[in-house]
Amino acid sequence: MSWVGRSIRRVEDPALLCGAGTFVGDIGGAASARFVRSPVASGLVRAVRGPAYTIADLDADEVGNIEAVLHRPDYVRLAQPLLARERVRYVGEPVAVVVGATAAEAEDLAEQVELDIEPLPAAVGLEAALAPGAPLVHPSESESNVMVAGEMATPGLAEALEGAHAIVELEITSGRQAALPLEARGSHAVTERFGGRTTLHASIQAPHMIRTVICDLLGMPEADLRVVAPDVGGAFGQKLPLAREDAVVVWLSRRLGRPVAWIEDRSENLMASWHSREQRYRLRAGFDASAHLEALQADVAANVGAWPCYPITWGVEPLMALAELPGPYTLEHYGVRSRGVASHTCPMSPYRGVSRPVITLALERLMDIAAARLGVDPVEIRRRNLQSDFPHTSPTGLRHDEGTYREAMEQAVSHVDLGAFRARQHAARAAGGPQPGIGICTFSERTGYGTPAFAARAMGVTPGYENVELSMDPSGYVTLRIGASPHGQGLETALSQIVADEVGTDPGRVRVVASDTDRTPYGWGSFASRAMVLAGGATYLAAQKLASQLGSLAAEVLEAAADDIVLADGRATVAGTSVGVEVAELARIAHHHTQRLPAGATPGLSAQAGYDPAGTFSNACHVAEVDVDPDTGGVSMRRFVVVEDAGRLINPMIADGQIRGGVAQGIANALLEEVVYDDDGNILTTSLMDYLPPTVAEIPDIEILHLETVSDATVTGAKGLGEGGTIGAPAAVLNAVNDALAHLGVELNEMPATPERVRAAVRAAAGRSPAGENDRSTQEAPVR
Amino acid sequence: MTEISAADVAVPVVLRVNGDEYRITAQPRRTLADALRDDCGLTGTHLGCEHGVCGACTVLLDGEPVRSCLLFAVQSQGAEIRTVEGLAGDDGTLHPLQEAFWRHHGLQCGFCTPGFLMLSAGVLETRPDIGDDELREALSSNLCRCTGYQTIVEAVRSVRDAGEA
Repeated sequence: MSWVGRSIRRVEDPALLCGAGTFVGDIGGAASARFVRSPVASGLVRAVRGPAYTIADLDADEVGNIEAVLHRPDYVRLAQPLLARERVRYVGEPVAVVVGATAAEAEDLAEQVELDIEPLPAAVGLEAALAPGAPLVHPSESESNVMVAGEMATPGLAEALEGAHAIVELEITSGRQAALPLEARGSHAVTERFGGRTTLHASIQAPHMIRTVICDLLGMPEADLRVVAPDVGGAFGQKLPLAREDAVVVWLSRRLGRPVAWIEDRSENLMASWHSREQRYRLRAGFDASAHLEALQADVAANVGAWPCYPITWGVEPLMALAELPGPYTLEHYGVRSRGVASHTCPMSPYRGVSRPVITLALERLMDIAAARLGVDPVEIRRRNLQSDFPHTSPTGLRHDEGTYREAMEQAVSHVDLGAFRARQHAARAAGGPQPGIGICTFSERTGYGTPAFAARAMGVTPGYENVELSMDPSGYVTLRIGASPHGQGLETALSQIVADEVGTDPGRVRVVASDTDRTPYGWGSFASRAMVLAGGATYLAAQKLASQLGSLAAEVLEAAADDIVLADGRATVAGTSVGVEVAELARIAHHHTQRLPAGATPGLSAQAGYDPAGTFSNACHVAEVDVDPDTGGVSMRRFVVVEDAGRLINPMIADGQIRGGVAQGIANALLEEVVYDDDGNILTTSLMDYLPPTVAEIPDIEILHLETVSDATVTGAKGLGEGGTIGAPAAVLNAVNDALAHLGVELNEMPATPERVRAAVRAAAGRSPAGENDRSTQEAPVR
Repeated sequence: MTEISAADVAVPVVLRVNGDEYRITAQPRRTLADALRDDCGLTGTHLGCEHGVCGACTVLLDGEPVRSCLLFAVQSQGAEIRTVEGLAGDDGTLHPLQEAFWRHHGLQCGFCTPGFLMLSAGVLETRPDIGDDELREALSSNLCRCTGYQTIVEAVRSVRDAGEA
């Protein structure tokens, strides 16, 4: 019986359940670093007084600047110092650092540091940063705040829009959000007194990449820095880029010759870690008389904050939007301008789904609005526009492998019983009070992409492949060393299932080593829904090699043909016979009786493999049911259904966990979470009283159904699914909120749909049209 | 020179945690969470916000779930404190709640898990027959960023239904 496909319990859990995990804050034994941060959004640093290290100290040690590069003509290239130099550009930017014996002492010391900063006018938010004459974030390097801009159009776009039966125009905005891992960031560095080697433990997603960049900055050989990601308490993209603080902690430990730790507090995390998703989409879409989407023109802008993130840069949100906006639809004509706009706010990093939650919101609102305008059912308009011939190549050249876009939607709609819902909704319309609404969202999730996809981005470094090393020790146990760096996903368990099947052993006899540059092959880490595809693929390939070695050895021992050897249940047997040998005995022979190996065979049992596929697309349909109170603007979730196709599921329990957690974040993105600045750039959401992640009270049970389309895009048949929940949920929820209030003429295209925004939309609709019908948008052109 | 106030002077504190006595010295401003983690070496109690919202630092104080980030160590003298390290048996046998969280996939990164376990233990020990709605309300005290909560609720309900807590 196969281990792949079974919901076995996670090997990661017992330690975590007993409080015996090791998170970076649990290591201890180090002095505490505390960063002194800018209290103003923009200003010139006149002086720093007090017991602190500043950029002058880093400069004296010839510490380098971070250069997050895209090799594109439209990209403004910057050199970012590890602490502010001359100028501060957002509230929370690190200006100085103090070191105390304890965290409390370091906080006391930080309070003694006086920052003499001359405030300057700030550009806060997208509109302010794009306004003519806006204060510039990097005045020496750029004459505007547009730091990256992409543009493309397919031939015939203008004609297609001109000839369209109906034009639908739409503006979608997303508030600024924080990934908010429950464990904030942190790092802990120890430098050996003799030899000078440093070990950094940090709460990060990509230890090898972080080692490279820190060594580049500090002028160290990589062999002298060991980077370990111990247990990591959630990340969601926020722990992928280099944290300036982590590099400073390594520098401090080397300079001071003592262990130094920085444990970020929640206020710092909300203010000065990374933010995401502050985006605006203006869409102009042309439909034919049959409601086929023929042409789409988009203008996208993202407020990417004050500095780029390394290595992904602040191109990641706008350029992903450019490339992936056509989504799961068979659109032929497409044109887009997409800009990354700097402002005096916290820098942007990828957050679960990156741009796709907002892309999907834009497209799925478009479909619902167009459906209403054209008198077509929301399910029917999608049915007519979703991809069904594979492979499908998008207008931006993305190749979609086989998926189940339509099938997933049909199954979701049939599962929720739309007819019964409409009857209930009809009754509620008559009764008044909270109004039920239902929203559908179909989407694709690009996952598991390797070097070719990253090379197309022209980054300063090109991530992509994953490597693994697999070995069997003399006891017959298997050790798998991976370059990926799991942080709660359960990757160790899932990989052990793949190994067990190929080597004919039990997952309990597989140990996975990860997240330690001293003990694992170079790899890129865990992000972009890639680890199961990339590390899983490499594991599968390495396990086949190991199985082949075992097969050859068994053939020698059993005097049979290697092709006839079957590995199962810890034994190698000759097919169709009871003649066999324990794998553990083969492992002994391979190490301790090498005279029995075939001539020329390498002693031991080990294999390595890399995997670097072009990528694949998962797909899903989400359906949300909500109740909306038009009088209070309150939205409550009643039901959430997911039909997901991520190819072959290695461990369905883990897959469902990824989906549920993703949907919960998506619901919160849709309804609750928003980072708020005032006009001067003061951040108003620096505690969990102001920034609102969901509790169990806001998240319904999530019903999940699976399709398993096994395409040839990956060697295991598995596609990624780590981000899909978050990608689809906001659009499903916003469509449901709009559906609930459709009879009032409400149109709400902004997330999060807070009570304040829902009420504003209800008031706006009442002001537009007392009868509240049909006049769905003030911006729409008439149907031709 | 910084003035030294009475609040800066460490005082002897005796904490009873999981049945063991810890004799420490702590400044009056030191929180129970910091004392547990740094002075007692019990790092299973986690700090997610340090302002009483996330509940990752939840421990039991005389049987009641409390935020250890909002209590001072000096306030906790004389109380019976229980932390996640005390849940499993001395022989390593997992507590029914730990088993249930494992079985139901009630954790991913595991950072919130000790807080949810102690919250659940406190709730089920005082209200073994708690209803579904009340249980959901009680569990809304703490934050989890990974699971979407459903499997946590299922895990705690299964322990309640089996009468095991």
